[in-house]
Amino acid sequence: MAGLESTDAQYRQNPFKRNWLVTGSWLVLAGYLVFSFNAMGLTWDRFIHGLGIADQLMARMFPPNFSRWELLLSGLAESMEIAIIASVVGIFLSLFFGLFAARNLMPNWVTVPMRGFIALCRTFHPVIIAILFVKSVGFGALAGILTLIVASIGFIAKLFAEAIEEISLKQVEAIRATGAGFVSLILFSVMPQVFSRFIGFSTYQLDSNLRNSTMVGIVGAGGLGGTLFSAFQRFDYDFVAAILMSIIALIMLGEALSNVVRRIFN
Amino acid sequence: MTSAQVNIETAPFLEIKGLEKAYTPGNLILKGIDISIVESGIVAIIGPSGTGKSTLLRCINRLIDPTAGQIIFDNMDLCKARGQQLRKLRRQVGMVFQEYNLVERLTVIENVLTGRLGYMSSLAAWRRKFSQQDINTAFELLDAVGLTEHAKKRADSLSGGQRQRVGIARAVMQNPRILLADEPTSSLDPKTAVEIMELLERFAQQKNIPALVNIHDVSLASRFAKRIIGMSDGKIVYDGSPDGITDDHLKQIYGGESWLV
Repeated sequence: MAGLESTDAQYRQNPFKRNWLVTGSWLVLAGYLVFSFNAMGLTWDRFIHGLGIADQLMARMFPPNFSRWELLLSGLAESMEIAIIASVVGIFLSLFFGLFAARNLMPNWVTVPMRGFIALCRTFHPVIIAILFVKSVGFGALAGILTLIVASIGFIAKLFAEAIEEISLKQVEAIRATGAGFVSLILFSVMPQVFSRFIGFSTYQLDSNLRNSTMVGIVGAGGLGGTLFSAFQRFDYDFVAAILMSIIALIMLGEALSNVVRRIFN
Repeated sequence: MTSAQVNIETAPFLEIKGLEKAYTPGNLILKGIDISIVESGIVAIIGPSGTGKSTLLRCINRLIDPTAGQIIFDNMDLCKARGQQLRKLRRQVGMVFQEYNLVERLTVIENVLTGRLGYMSSLAAWRRKFSQQDINTAFELLDAVGLTEHAKKRADSLSGGQRQRVGIARAVMQNPRILLADEPTSSLDPKTAVEIMELLERFAQQKNIPALVNIHDVSLASRFAKRIIGMSDGKIVYDGSPDGITDDHLKQIYGGESWLV
C-alpha cells in the first residue's frame, strides 16, 4: 500500500520538534522584560547606587539596640497572644466551616454559601482586612485577632473541606450502617481519616499567623508591628534591628512549637 | 406454611414485598422483589454482577432508598423510617462489606467498638465513652474471630482475611437481628473465603438470626446456605434449597453455559 507508506514517513518524524508557539512565547516574555526595565529606569548604575544606601542602613542598624527591651518584650508578647488566640479560634471555626463546605457530605444548599463565605475570607490580603477591622473596631489587639481569624478561615477551612472531600466513603458507609448518628459518623469515620492532615494544616496556620501577627501592627491592629513601624519612622534603625531579630526568634520558636505539636499527634 | 403457624416465634425476621429501585427514573434495577426470611442461618443470594444484589442489601439497611415496596422488619416498614427511628432499625441490621470498609486509621478493637455507635449518644461518642460491658463484648468477639493479639494494631496493617473478620465482629457487635453480607468473600482466597463463611454461619447459629449473603460463587453458596435465592436482571428467578438448583437454573441466572463444566 503505497499511500500508507507516505503518510507513515510524515508520521514518523522527530517527536522533539521545535514548537514555534512556545519559542515565540519565550521571545515575547524576554521582550517584555527588557521593555519593563527600561520603562522604570532600572539600570545597573541604579542598582549599585541602591547598594550604597543599603550599606548606610546596615551601618546604622548594627549593633542592634536592645535598651528598650521592655517595649520590645511587651510587643512580642502581644503579637504571640494575637497569633495564638486567632489560631485557636480560627481553626476551631474552620473545622465546622470546612465540614459544611465539603461537597461529599453536605447538600449543595449548604456547601455553596459556605464556599462563597470561605472564598470571601481569602479574597483580601490580611493588611486590607486589618485596616477594615481597625476602622470598624478601633486600634489594638482586637482588630489584629479578628484579622487573623478571618485569614485562618479563608485558608484552612478550604484545606479542611478539600481533605474531607478526599476521604474514602466506604468507611463512612460502614459506620452509617451501624446506625450511628451524624455526629458519631463524623467523629468515627471522617475524623480518623483527616485528623493528621488537619494537624498539619493547623500548625502551618499557626506559623503563618505568628508571622502575620507581627505585620498587622503596622496598620494599628496591635502587636510588635506597631513598634516596628514607629521605630522606622523615627529612624531608630538600631532598634529596628533589635525588633527584626526578635521576630526571627519568635518565628523560630513557632517552628519548634509546630514540630512538637506534629510529633504529639502523629 | 399455614397461617395458623405464623405466631410470634415464626413471624418472619424480614419480609420484603414488591421492592423496586431505580437510580434513574424508569430504569429499574430491582423489579419487584418479594422475599420472606423466616429461618435463621445463611441465605445466599446468587447472581451475576450488576443484577442488583448489592442494591437489594443496601435497601434493607437503607444505605440506599428504595423507589417502591415494603421492607417489614421488627414490625415496622423500613422504607418509611426516618431519622432516629431509621437509626434504631439500622443498628439491628449488621452489615459486612466486600472491601471490609474498616476505618483504616482506627485500631482493630476500636473498629469493633464502632458497632455500638448506634446505641450511644453523640456526647458519649465524642467522649469515647464506651461502656465496660461493650468493651468486654468487643474483646470476646475478637477472641471468637481469632484476632485477640491484633486488638491494638491499626486496621490497615491487617491482611484481607483478618480485616473481614474484624468486619464481621463489628457487625455482630451491633447485636443484630439480621446480618447482611455483600460479597464478603470475593476479595479473598478460596481457603480464607471458606473460613469467613464458617464464621458467618457460626454467628448466625449462635445468635439464631438469619444472614443474607450476596455471593457469586455457586459452590460456596450451596455448601453453606440452607436456602438460595437466584437473581437475574433485577428479579428473583430461583428461591429454594441448594439441592433444588439445576444447571437450567444457573443458565437462567448467569446466562450462557460454557462456564458450566
